[in-house]
Amino acid sequence: MKRGLQENEREEGGGPSAGSQETPDWTSKQRREEDEEEEDEGVNWECLPQEILLHIFQHLPLLDRAFASQVCRGWNQAFHMPELWRCFEFELNQPASSYLKATHPDLIKQIIKRHSNHLQYVSFKVDSSTESAEAACDILSQLVNCSLKTLGLISTARPSFMEMPKSHFISALTVVFVNSKSLSSLKIDDTPVDDPSLKVLVANNSDTLKLLKMSSCPHVSPAGIMCVADQCHGLRELALNYHLLSDELLIALSSERHVHLEHLRINVVSENPGQQFHSIKKSSWDAMVRHSPKFNLVMYFFIYEEEFDPFFRDEIPVTHLYFGRSVSKDVLGRVGLTCPRLVELVVCANGLRPLDEELIRIAQHCTQLSAIGLGECEVSCSAFVEFVKMCGDRLTQLSIMEEVLVPDHRYELDDIHWEVSKHLGRVWFPDMMPTW
Amino acid sequence: MAPNSIHWFRKGLRLHDNPALREAVQGAATVRCVYFLDPWFAGSSNVGVNRWRFLLQCLEDLDSNLRKLNSRLFVIRGQPANVFPRLFKEWKISRLTFEYDSEPFGKERDAAIKKLAMEAGVEVIVKISHTLYNLDKIIELNGGQPPLTYKRFQTLISRLDPPEMPVETLSDTLMGSCITPISDDHGEKYGVPSLEELGFDTEGLPSAVWPGGETEALTRIERHLERKAWVANFERPRMNANSLLASPTGLSPYLRFGCLSCRLFYFKLTDLYRKVKKNSSPPLSLYGQLLWREFFYTAATNNPRFDKMEGNPICVRIPWDKNPEALAKWAEAKTGFPWIDAIMTQLRQEGWIHHLARHAVACFLTRGDLWISWEEGMKVFEELLLDADWSVNAGSWMWLSCSSFFQQFFHCYCPVGFGRRTDPNGDFIRRYLPVLRGFPAKFIYDPWNAPESVQAAAKCIIGLHYPKPMVHHAEASRLNIERMKQIYQQLSRYRGLVHRRLALTPLTPVHVPSWVRARSLFSTTPSILLSNGISSVRLYPHLWLTCSGGGRLVTFCLHPKI
Repeated sequence: MKRGLQENEREEGGGPSAGSQETPDWTSKQRREEDEEEEDEGVNWECLPQEILLHIFQHLPLLDRAFASQVCRGWNQAFHMPELWRCFEFELNQPASSYLKATHPDLIKQIIKRHSNHLQYVSFKVDSSTESAEAACDILSQLVNCSLKTLGLISTARPSFMEMPKSHFISALTVVFVNSKSLSSLKIDDTPVDDPSLKVLVANNSDTLKLLKMSSCPHVSPAGIMCVADQCHGLRELALNYHLLSDELLIALSSERHVHLEHLRINVVSENPGQQFHSIKKSSWDAMVRHSPKFNLVMYFFIYEEEFDPFFRDEIPVTHLYFGRSVSKDVLGRVGLTCPRLVELVVCANGLRPLDEELIRIAQHCTQLSAIGLGECEVSCSAFVEFVKMCGDRLTQLSIMEEVLVPDHRYELDDIHWEVSKHLGRVWFPDMMPTW
Repeated sequence: MAPNSIHWFRKGLRLHDNPALREAVQGAATVRCVYFLDPWFAGSSNVGVNRWRFLLQCLEDLDSNLRKLNSRLFVIRGQPANVFPRLFKEWKISRLTFEYDSEPFGKERDAAIKKLAMEAGVEVIVKISHTLYNLDKIIELNGGQPPLTYKRFQTLISRLDPPEMPVETLSDTLMGSCITPISDDHGEKYGVPSLEELGFDTEGLPSAVWPGGETEALTRIERHLERKAWVANFERPRMNANSLLASPTGLSPYLRFGCLSCRLFYFKLTDLYRKVKKNSSPPLSLYGQLLWREFFYTAATNNPRFDKMEGNPICVRIPWDKNPEALAKWAEAKTGFPWIDAIMTQLRQEGWIHHLARHAVACFLTRGDLWISWEEGMKVFEELLLDADWSVNAGSWMWLSCSSFFQQFFHCYCPVGFGRRTDPNGDFIRRYLPVLRGFPAKFIYDPWNAPESVQAAAKCIIGLHYPKPMVHHAEASRLNIERMKQIYQQLSRYRGLVHRRLALTPLTPVHVPSWVRARSLFSTTPSILLSNGISSVRLYPHLWLTCSGGGRLVTFCLHPKI
């Protein structure tokens, strides 16, 4: 333990010049010589200044810090310094539903009692049990003295926040929204947050909100999110589902008063086959690009092949595209023509007809493309080599499942990786799966 | 004094290419081949009837082949550690031989037996023949750590000398003057038990699709090579509906039990390739099946926790869900997804499924749909799958669940679409799930979408005669891909920090000082692909151990220096 601390001191370049206000005894050579009985060459740990202790403690995991706090009163005081309690991740797991350990209930009690007004960056990781989600909300409800900057409600398996009584969730969340007044980051994906609670969020935190992640929050309507866009002009990152996206929203995010948007993540999810999706006007996207020329537009598609009609008809400034289900050749062809800003394309599955033309077209038109991932697709080796040639070394990520490449008259599977490596300027192999 | 030998069969259940067995008979007066029905190895309660039957058939075959050499197999009930001392005394043994077992528990067991033998004055001879190479050499060549990517593994292999040639089959000539004393009551004392004796109810048990034994294995390998020669094509065959069915040339269970020597297979493949292609150097991909097996053996040999998530230095800690009901539905082929259920039915009935079928069900259980721990899936495979042994099974499950080996996780197998693309007509489904026979190809993969009239015509109402789908796939996969992304994003965020705590490895959660964590807690990396950063092994466990205060990172070349 002591040795560990010593190392950490050195890591800090910590000598007497590390901002301490007095000359610490423990660097004095004189003292070292005097105190022969001291094993540690005259180092008197009790005299370590609080600032140094703080620095050291910040590098220790919680458990080790807790052990250290039992050593003496001074270290116990250091353990409770507010700076060490700014950031906390509550892990709420039940043995019946998770393999991972939970934050000790006594520790939770201590934090609420002694440190709730120190907390600024808080996240809750809950497992699939409703009890864990409810426990998280109980804790939230007690954080009345908190002025949180960051709050994350993260379900690590099934979305248990959706299983608990909605009113309990909303009231706990509202406590935080009302008391914090300086929330900057909020991550509430897969929760039953609704329009009224978003109003409360906006009423209290519109000046400070920078990041809002609320994918798959079924109780929010387009009007609810409009309220956020209209009032929170500092918003830089937003994640939501496609049904909340509207032309008005994009225009609002592009208004003069708004800062540049950095990141917009959209999940397009189909509940049932044959769902109709609305389309967004090209002019709305153009406004976004004019206002925030560097923003990332990340779109994840989880829809059926026949539901792609409204998409990729007009130019869309998408940068990162993920097709989580099978997507047709036709749609991939349209992607080549409508996505000039495309940086990353990942296709989970397509089918058994080669995507040769579509890939070449993408190489031609998507000049920013630097990452591509192909799962269950087919591409002839020649077309693939052609694609790589056209993209050249701007392709930093090339993740192709081995089965994708179909050998043809020019290339066998065994020599394709040489060809590709040549054009990429580095050694490359396809991704493999065990065959036994 | 010519020694009395015992040859101890564990795997390696064959008389061909068995160097340890050869050592047993060489210059010996007597030889006795023993097999322990050791609950630890042959499986505890977690071994299904197909695996037991296969094993018993292997033992019967051994016994019958030994009889041709005037010898017999001695099947001994009990634990080797308990029984060996008695046997050493009773049979006046001075030589013990066995095939090297690379698995951690095997090594531990064998070390204990070696000690016993030494105390009893018994010479112990161990030979490597279950793997192509000496795995320790591969590890040594890689700086003391097993390679964690298949490409790295292939590079190392290509630098080694080729595997040793298979040794000659045990014959009368080899036996020479060595004999096996057989008592009249050998059958009662040391005979191969039957399934019934082991407590299985065999009434109505269909005959084995995969019959066990060396004889069967050797027939199959000839057929396998004939087919390859006839096709004159060594490419990986395109997947089609037929590939899903058990093949009379399939070899994996025989390799696992050692009925077929991997070295024999290797050299026969090489010879055939050279004959057909008139080319002297076959590509490594020719030996794909064998090398994957070798890869996992190598990865596992020094890691006793290879089959666990907790405490396993190469396994990412993923917050899997504990859900026994969901697990049971998957294991018992009641998920409501015909593709998944047909595969699991084939697995339970026959003991083998195609490797792409394994990917499909493994993905469904873990990172695709149910978000259940790969350890659970591994246990079910251990029970039912004939060719699943500890290293290969655990390694494959970690691979397929993206828990290790730097796998990209974006690729999710759809439980409807993947099957449909593989077998559009749905014959595989109809064969293993007869209740769905009446469905047309259009709906057989997603019968819940079929109109009531179609269901009625098929005499199968979904929800009544066949379960409704247990998850909404789009929703489940959306959630799960997000979870995986969160986990790997956290890993990559910690990548930049040099951490001195030697006990931790980067694939386990690393403590991040709070002042680092507080900043940009949730802002995203837009990419879903595992960045080169992660796969370029700066997270590789042993690297962190060698980090020094100067921040010098030993870069470990993933890419082959060819």
